[in-house]
Amino acid sequence: MMRSGFIGFWRNGTVSLAAIFAMLITLSVVGALMVGNVFLSSFLETVKEKVDVTLYFTIDAQEPDILALKKSLETLPEVNRVEYVTREQALLAFRERHKDDAVMLAALEEVGGNPLRASLNIKAKELSQYESVSKFLEGDTALSPGGENIIEKVNYRQNKIVIERMNTILSYTRRVGATIALTLAIMSIMVTVNTISLALYTARDEISVMKLVGAGNNLVRGPFMMQGAMYGIVSAILAAALLYPATFWLGRSTESAFGGLNIFAYYVADFGRLFLSLLGLGIALGIVSSFVALSRYLKV
Amino acid sequence: MIVFDKVTKIYSDNSKALEKVSFEVGHGEFLSIVGQSGAGKSTLLKLILVEDEPSDGQVLFDKVNVHELPRRELPHLRRRIGCIFQDFRLLPDKTAFENISFAMEAAGRSDAEIEADVPHALDLVGLKQKIWSFPREMSGGEKQRVAIARAIVNQPDLIIADEPTGNLDPLNTFEIVQILKKINDLGTTVILTTHNKGVIDSLKKRVITLENGRITRDDEHGKYVL
Repeated sequence: MMRSGFIGFWRNGTVSLAAIFAMLITLSVVGALMVGNVFLSSFLETVKEKVDVTLYFTIDAQEPDILALKKSLETLPEVNRVEYVTREQALLAFRERHKDDAVMLAALEEVGGNPLRASLNIKAKELSQYESVSKFLEGDTALSPGGENIIEKVNYRQNKIVIERMNTILSYTRRVGATIALTLAIMSIMVTVNTISLALYTARDEISVMKLVGAGNNLVRGPFMMQGAMYGIVSAILAAALLYPATFWLGRSTESAFGGLNIFAYYVADFGRLFLSLLGLGIALGIVSSFVALSRYLKV
Repeated sequence: MIVFDKVTKIYSDNSKALEKVSFEVGHGEFLSIVGQSGAGKSTLLKLILVEDEPSDGQVLFDKVNVHELPRRELPHLRRRIGCIFQDFRLLPDKTAFENISFAMEAAGRSDAEIEADVPHALDLVGLKQKIWSFPREMSGGEKQRVAIARAIVNQPDLIIADEPTGNLDPLNTFEIVQILKKINDLGTTVILTTHNKGVIDSLKKRVITLENGRITRDDEHGKYVL
C-alpha cells in the first residue's frame, strides 16, 4: 500500500502538483494565522501591562494608612497586584527622568523639600475590571480609612477613555480576526477537497478496473489515501518554509510598529509546535479529502 | 455453474436490453454469445459481474443469487471471475507486471506468490519479454494478452471476455482466440461475446444468438448466423 501510494504520487506528477498547491494555500493560511495569533496575544499582554490606575495621596498622608489601603485593595478579586511608590522613590524617579533637564531640576530646588506625592499603582487582571476597581476607590470606605481623605486624585478618569477605547478595539480585533480566520480556513479546505476530487476523477477508470478484478474498498482506498497524506506532508514542509521569509520580512516592520515585538522571533521560538500542527493538519486534510472524494467512485 | 432465470433488464428510458433470458452454462464449457450491437450482450455480462442489477429474474453463480450478495462479498465473487474487455482496461500508470500483480494483491496473495506467478502468467500468453513495459509501449494485441494474463493469474472459475478481439487485426485475433481455447482446455469456463464470424466458425463450440434482448438460437456446435 505504501509502495503503490508512493508510485502513484510520483507518476501523476502534474496532478500531485495541483493538489500540493491547493493544500499549500490552506496550510500557509493556517500557519500565518497561528503565528499571527501568538503574536497578537503577546501584543495584547504588553498593552495590558502598560495600562494601570494610579492613586496619588496627599502630601501629609501617613504611611500606615497607605499600607492599610494597599492591603484592602489587594483583597479585591479584580486586582492583580498593587505597587507602592513612596515619596522618596517618586523623587528619585523624577530626578532620574529629568537628569538632563536643568530647568526642571532648578524648579525642584526652588520648591524645596519633596513636592512629590506617594502613589499606588494598581493593575487589574482584565482591562474591563478597571471600571469596578475605580468605583471601589471612589466609595467612602476606601477614601477615608483614617477618618480623613488621604487620596489626592485617581488618574482613572483621565485614562478612562483610552482604556475603554482600547478595550473595544481589542475585542473587535479578536472577533473579526477569528471570523476571517475561520472563513479562510473553510474556503481553502473546500478548494483542497475539490482539487483532490478532480485528481481522482482522472483515476476513476482505474478505480473501476480495480473493483472489477476483485479489490475490496480498502485496497482501492489505501494507495489514494496514502497519496493524500503525502500531499499533506510535502505541503506542510513547504508552508513552514514559506513562513520563514514572510515572517522575517514582516519582523522588521512589526518591530518598529509594535515597540520591540518581532513576529519573526515568535516564528523561530514556536517553530516546533507550528510545524507539527501544520504536518498533522496536512496529513489529516489529505487523508480526509481523499476519502471523501473517493467514496463517489467506489459504488461500482 | 451460471444460470440465467427469466432475466429482464429495462433501462430507465424504458428500453429493454434483455427480455426473459434463460440459459445455463456448465463447468468447463466454452460459450460464445453473438448478436448485433445493442442486442444485450454487454448487459448480460454486466449482470454476471454485478455491475448492474436485473429488473426481473435472477442470475445464479454456483447456485447463489449474485444480486442478493451483500456488498462486501462482491470482491470475493469477482475474484472468481477473470475479465477481458475490448478496450483492455489496463491501469495506464502501471507496468505489465504491476497490472497483473495488482489483481493478485486484490485477492490477498503474498509477495512471494506474486513474484512466482506473474512471470508464469505472462509466459502463458507469450509476453515474458514485456514484463516491465507500460501499456502505452505495447501494441493492441500485446495489451490484450496482458489483460488475459491478469484475468487468469488468480486461477478463476470463469473467464468473461467481452469482444476481446474487437480492436485487433486478424492475426492477433487468431492468437487471442487460441489462448482462450488453451485456457478452456485447462478446465476454466469461458464466456465470450463477439461480432467476429471467423472466430465463431473456427471455435466450433456452443453459440447463443441474441436479438433485441431475446435468445433466438442456442446451438451446441454453432455457426455464426444472423
